[in-house]
Amino acid sequence: MNITEKILAKAAGKKAVHPGEIVDANVDVVMIHDLTGPLAVEAFKRIGVQKVWNNKKIVLILDHQVPAESVKAAELHKIMRQFAKDQNLQIYDVGKGGICHQVMPEKGHVTPGAVIVGADSHTCTYGAFGAFATGIGSTEAAAVMATGKIWFKVPPTIKVNVKGNFQKYVTPKDLILYVIGKMGVDGAIYKAAEFTGPTIKKMSIAGRMTLCNMAVEMGAKNGIIEPDETTRKFLETRVKALPDFDALKSDKDAAYESTVEFDVSKMEPQVACPSSVDNVKPISEVGNVTIEQAFIGSCTNGRLEDLRLAAEVMKGKRVKDGVRALVIPASQEVWKQADQEGLLQIFIDAGAIVCGSACGPCLGGHIGLLAAGESCVSTSNRNFIGRMGSTQASVYLASPATVAASAITGKLTDPTKLEKKP
Amino acid sequence: MNSKIKAPAIKFGNNIDTDVILPGKYLILVDPCELAKHALESLDTEFVKKAQKGVILVGGKNFGCGSSREQAPLALKYSGVKCVVAESFARIFFRNAINIGLPVIECKGISAAVETGDELAVDFEAGKVENVSNGKKFQVEKLPPFILEIVADCGLIKNLRRKMKK
Repeated sequence: MNITEKILAKAAGKKAVHPGEIVDANVDVVMIHDLTGPLAVEAFKRIGVQKVWNNKKIVLILDHQVPAESVKAAELHKIMRQFAKDQNLQIYDVGKGGICHQVMPEKGHVTPGAVIVGADSHTCTYGAFGAFATGIGSTEAAAVMATGKIWFKVPPTIKVNVKGNFQKYVTPKDLILYVIGKMGVDGAIYKAAEFTGPTIKKMSIAGRMTLCNMAVEMGAKNGIIEPDETTRKFLETRVKALPDFDALKSDKDAAYESTVEFDVSKMEPQVACPSSVDNVKPISEVGNVTIEQAFIGSCTNGRLEDLRLAAEVMKGKRVKDGVRALVIPASQEVWKQADQEGLLQIFIDAGAIVCGSACGPCLGGHIGLLAAGESCVSTSNRNFIGRMGSTQASVYLASPATVAASAITGKLTDPTKLEKKP
Repeated sequence: MNSKIKAPAIKFGNNIDTDVILPGKYLILVDPCELAKHALESLDTEFVKKAQKGVILVGGKNFGCGSSREQAPLALKYSGVKCVVAESFARIFFRNAINIGLPVIECKGISAAVETGDELAVDFEAGKVENVSNGKKFQVEKLPPFILEIVADCGLIKNLRRKMKK
């Protein structure tokens, strides 16, 4: 079996499982946030049980409309706080956490081999730690909070094998955009995407999280990477007891539906153009695109490593007049570290605004929305019509280095080219 | 819930994502009837008017891709959509729709066989889809009995309540 099958077999109490088989899995952790949670709380109440199945395995995070931007949002937050209080649940309130997918691993809620479901499509991010993690809806989250169980169809797995070393300013974000461009937005629909190969073995946790985070953008049920020493190093101070990683390695004879191979060594920065995540082009082919907004942040690319890269590009330069640059560290922990390293100073000196840890403009719900006719280059994960505000606005997805370089020039810019200029 | 549905079709293309079904700015709305007012408005400002008498949505590949927001199928359901038939679905949307009692059927070849305005007949339990207007018929793979049960119960909550009482 491969790692996804091993985790699902164990969670279902079976010796083996096969793609296509439907299993009833025990869930290790369920997460809800402020936009999906209130519906889940309401559905939970309709089920008619008094107590959640296990109050240690349910995590509530406020991250989408925070701090509350409207009375309606404040009311939703109130529902979440009250539910946490009534059921004695862990809640990461405003100022105590950040974006759910950053907070979950940071605070030790993600363990290799675990089955984690979250009422957010980017829950698949935790596959970066060798967990089986996938997004569900609010009603299903309510059912899990009541029963601790969920059904899954065991997915066939696509092996995504990556080799080569990245060029300077080419990042895991460029890789995953490239992969999605090749596979298509439904290229992995219903399936697992297992990232392997020498490039992945050398990749940081932040980079692995970016890859797994965007697995859902090609339709995947989950993205996953075998846990290793990099995983251990990140988790050992955060998780009480780590499992045996050897039991989570895909067998040598494990079955894969297909294998796709990528070599990053000659890859240039990639851009997903409007309005589909698979509309991916190398930056040299994008042409002259003027931007009004540059956004560095989100569960895809708001980590310390991303901010370091953006700061390196922006240091000593100024954001172009007519462009607003938004930097949003993914969590309070990232914020603090970025501050200690002087990164926030660099952004502020460059004329960027640094906002509190939250989802921000990524989903067009809160701050940094776009007007009709405007364009934004963003490190986030979706460029759908109306995603960041007006349905007549355009969103281009790229790496933190590309977004930083573009903020400086006011148009989509290859970060490797920016450096050469005086 | 009656497993047989008959209604006129409204057809959309491939990759209809949850942001166009229901933009993120409306997620703070709680009342499903309020959500419904904005269903698919980014693609067709007249959609809600067209849907209110009851329609079957026909989609291409990857219908409902994107966010896990359950408000997307809720908005469709309360706008008058009785069922969604598509070439394929994004998996979270598929589960969400079933869980809130909006029947969804995966039907290969449906896009080419239907135009907006055609009368469609769907038998969810039997796995049958028919375009009454042009006579084209499809037999699709039936869903497992436990999923059909959830649909028959108009959603997961009622289904769970019933099971827990046993």
